[in-house]
Order: sequence, then structure tokens, then C-alpha cells
Amino acid sequence: MAVFEVKHLGKSFGSLQVLKDISLTVEHGQVVSIIGPSGSGKSTFLRCATLLEQVNHGTMKYMDQVVCEERSGFDHAVYASNSALKKVRTLFGLVFQNFNLFPHYSVLKNIMDAPVCVQKRKSKEVREQAMALLERMGLASKAKSYPCELSGGQQQRVSIARALISKPQILFFDEPTSALDPELTGEILKVIRDLAAQKMTMVIVTHEIDFAEAVSDHVVFMADGYIVEQGTPAEVIGAPKNPRTQAFLRKLNH
Amino acid sequence: MGYLQTLIDFYSNSTLLKTLRLLWESFGVTVEIFFLTVIFSLPLGMGICSLRMSKFKPIAWLMRIYISIMRGTPLMLQLFVIYYGPYYIFGIYVSDSYRFPAVIIAFSLNYAAYFAEIYRAGIQSIPVGQYEAADVLGYSRIQTFFKIILPQVIKRTLPPVTNEVITLTKDTSLAFALGCAEMFTIAKRQASGQTSMTPYIAAAVFYYIFNFVVAYSMGWLEKKLDYYR
Ligand SMILES: Nc1ncnc2c1ncn2[C@@H]1O[C@H](COP(=O)(O)OP(=O)(O)OP(=O)(O)O)[C@@H](O)[C@H]1O
Ligand SMILES: [Mg+2]
Repeated sequence: MAVFEVKHLGKSFGSLQVLKDISLTVEHGQVVSIIGPSGSGKSTFLRCATLLEQVNHGTMKYMDQVVCEERSGFDHAVYASNSALKKVRTLFGLVFQNFNLFPHYSVLKNIMDAPVCVQKRKSKEVREQAMALLERMGLASKAKSYPCELSGGQQQRVSIARALISKPQILFFDEPTSALDPELTGEILKVIRDLAAQKMTMVIVTHEIDFAEAVSDHVVFMADGYIVEQGTPAEVIGAPKNPRTQAFLRKLNH
Repeated sequence: MGYLQTLIDFYSNSTLLKTLRLLWESFGVTVEIFFLTVIFSLPLGMGICSLRMSKFKPIAWLMRIYISIMRGTPLMLQLFVIYYGPYYIFGIYVSDSYRFPAVIIAFSLNYAAYFAEIYRAGIQSIPVGQYEAADVLGYSRIQTFFKIILPQVIKRTLPPVTNEVITLTKDTSLAFALGCAEMFTIAKRQASGQTSMTPYIAAAVFYYIFNFVVAYSMGWLEKKLDYYR
């Protein structure tokens, strides 16, 4: 069973159609990279997948949970009930470009608060898992620090830990290294590489083509709201067939 | 024994001490106006703010007009409207005991309008990413507001709220317009009775010390919230 599956997604802001007929399937343990020029709709796609935006058309599914689908008699996609969507939210995590940690919470509380206060899990058990995650991120000594006391790379690692604590089935990243100084991107890419090695299912929007090529099983090239080309890294990045993909990669000196 | 008696006589007859005693007693009313206004207007401002930011346009507009009137007309005039309004508008006779409540109502309604705008600026200054992160983590809208947004809004609005609160201590003197027996009313009465500036100067000292304490406490609170940026 696919972890995440969308078919014929369409999304408009007013008269601007940003996503046009996006279909994608992500299998368990797969790492999918999404590349493409600015404004092609990559972020919008992740925002629709993580329920920050609603699509206008198409179907979307996490495991066997339907998020939205086309129904006869409706001229737009119909979403599942709020209680169903609440359950769906536990299936995915999202890592933002600019971290979006809660500045008034300590590192540990940033990670623990949602599981304890939203999912009502036991505080003691969550704390142990949070500490283990921080250990894995090399941040055990920062548990009591506040986000403003951390470097960008450290903040991003905390936000990854915050997404992982709920044991999501799939993790989305929207340009996780774009807000970081070049010397800090490496530490985040290493974390993602480790997660990939542990068979974490991930969808990563990135401008780091070399990284996408190295870490992913599947690469998606988006332009103008369409998936122009997709396939293995060797196919899409190594030997792109579509002229738009070729032009995009050439511009990045690839 | 005779010496002590002279001392007691001296103190009980001293006009300065009598003035200070009267001011001190009426200072209690000033402090009462201050605290009651703060207690009522801070949450009321939050209510007005949430209606002002409501997606239902007519309510948002109503609140806009309300805030605009409260900020655009003198507080003294608002005091009169609240105190004399029931009689002039509805023909309801109000007793003297309505003076103090009228002062509290007028002050609270007025300050709530200012606080509402301060909160609104504070809420709008919170990056949208905070809402989005909370949404993805599954926080409900109410949890997001009370756990994530409000604490940050309080920190950000503390300096402008402090300004308003300091203005309020001085504005309490406007209650003299309704003959409410707060400190300024008493100071004025004493000054004209004694044909002396002394009661005013003494009152000024009281106001200053009170404001000093208020500013110090707010500064302390700001420091307490200084553990994050
Ligand atoms: N909330 C919105 N309202 C209106 N238009 C929007 C909104 N969000 C995005 N857009 C538009 O949708 C288009 C796609 O934006 P999106 O952010 O998805 O692109 P992107 O591929 O992530 O680009 P980048 O590489 O620069 O991050 C852009 O033209 C953008 O202006
Ligand atoms: Mg983007």
C-alpha cells in the first residue's frame, strides 16, 4: 500500500492556477525529491499535502485514509470530515524552510508539547523519546535551551525531531536548508541521509541537486504546476529527456 | 509626658499632615479606580480585539467605529456621557452612588479600545509560520491561540501596555469631573481651602511614587519574559 497517493490534483489561488493535474505515489521507505524552478508550485503542493491549503480538484490518500476525492455531483474535491482529517494529521510531518519553532518553549518542550497536549500521550514516555531523538540529532545538551540560543542548523534539527516524535508515516521537507548558511546545510543533509538509511518515507523539495541525486529513489521535476518529468535520479538528473528539465539543470550548471 | 503631649498636639494640628492624611485616604480611591480599570479593560480589550478581527465584516466594522470613537473623543466627555447619559437619554434618575461605577465603566470602555488596538498589532506581528507549525502538529485553533500565539503576544505588547497603564494612573485624576472623591478631587478641595499649592505638590508626589512602582513592576514582568526572543 502506498503511504501517500495523489491523483489529478488541481489548486488555484483566485484565477491563478498553481497546480495543474499533479499525480504522484510515494511508497513506504521511498525518498522522493521535488525539484523545479521558482514559482512552479512545489511549496503549494506540500502545503496541500499537509492540509495547510485545500485543493480544488483531485484525490489524496494517506495509507487507507482518504483526505479528499472527486464525487459525482460536485465540481470540486470533497474533503473528509474534520475528525478524519485530525487522524490523518498524525500520519505526516512537515519541516519548514524557516523552522517555525515556538520561541517561548524550550527545545524539549517544542518537541514534547504536541504529543503530550494534543495526542495526550504519557509525558514520561514522550520525554524519553524526545531525549533519544535529541541524542540522535547531537543536541542532547541543548534540551533546556531556547530556540533563539541555537544556530539555524541546530534549530532545523530540533524541528526535525519535533516532526519525528509523533512517528509519522511520511515526512515532508520544504527546502530545509535554504535558510541556512552554506556551512550549516551539511549537518541537515546528513540527518536526512541518516533518516533515509533507516527507511523513513520522505518527500523533499530542494534546490540541492547533488543531494537530491544522492539521497533519493525518485526525482520529480515540476514546472508551471505540472510534473514535467519523473523517474530515478539517473533518469531525471543524469539523463533528462524533457527540454525544460534539461534547461533547468543546465542553468544550475549541472 | 508634657513633651509628648505637645508633640501629639503639633502633629494633629499640622495642616500639612492633615492634608497628607486626607490625600492618603483618597489615594485609596485612586488606586481602586486604577486596578479595577486594569482588571476590566485588559480582558475586555481582548474581546473587542477578537471581534475587530472577526471575519464577519459588519461586526468588525462596528468595532472599528467603536474604537475610533473611544480614541477620537475626550475621556472627560465620555465620563459625562456615561454618568449623565442614563438621565438625559433614558430619563432614569441615578443616585450619587453611581459616580464611582460610572468612572470605572467609562475608564474600562475607553482603555479597552486602546488595548484592543495594541493586541491587534501584537497578534498581526506573529509570523504566520507559527500558526502553520501548530496546525501541522495537530493543535486545535483554541490550543494554538492560548498556547502558542497569546504568550508571544503578551510579551510583544508589554511595552505599549505599560505606556497605557502609566497614562491611566494620571488619567484617574479626570474622575474629579464627576466629583468622585479620588485623590485629585481632594487635593483640589484642600488647595482652594488653604489657598496653597502644597496639596497639589503632595498629590504630585503620590502620583509619581505610584507610577514609579507601576513602571518598576511592569519592567520586572518584561525582564521575566526576557528569556526568549
Ligand atoms: N496564498 C497564495 N495566494 C496567492 N498566490 C499564491 C499563494 N501561495 C502561492 N502563490 C503563487 O503560487 C505560485 C507557486 O508558488 P509556490 O510557493 O508553490 O512555488 P515554489 O515552487 O515553491 O517556488 P520557490 O522555489 O520559489 O519556493 C506562485 O506564483 C505564487 O505567487
Ligand atoms: Mg517554495
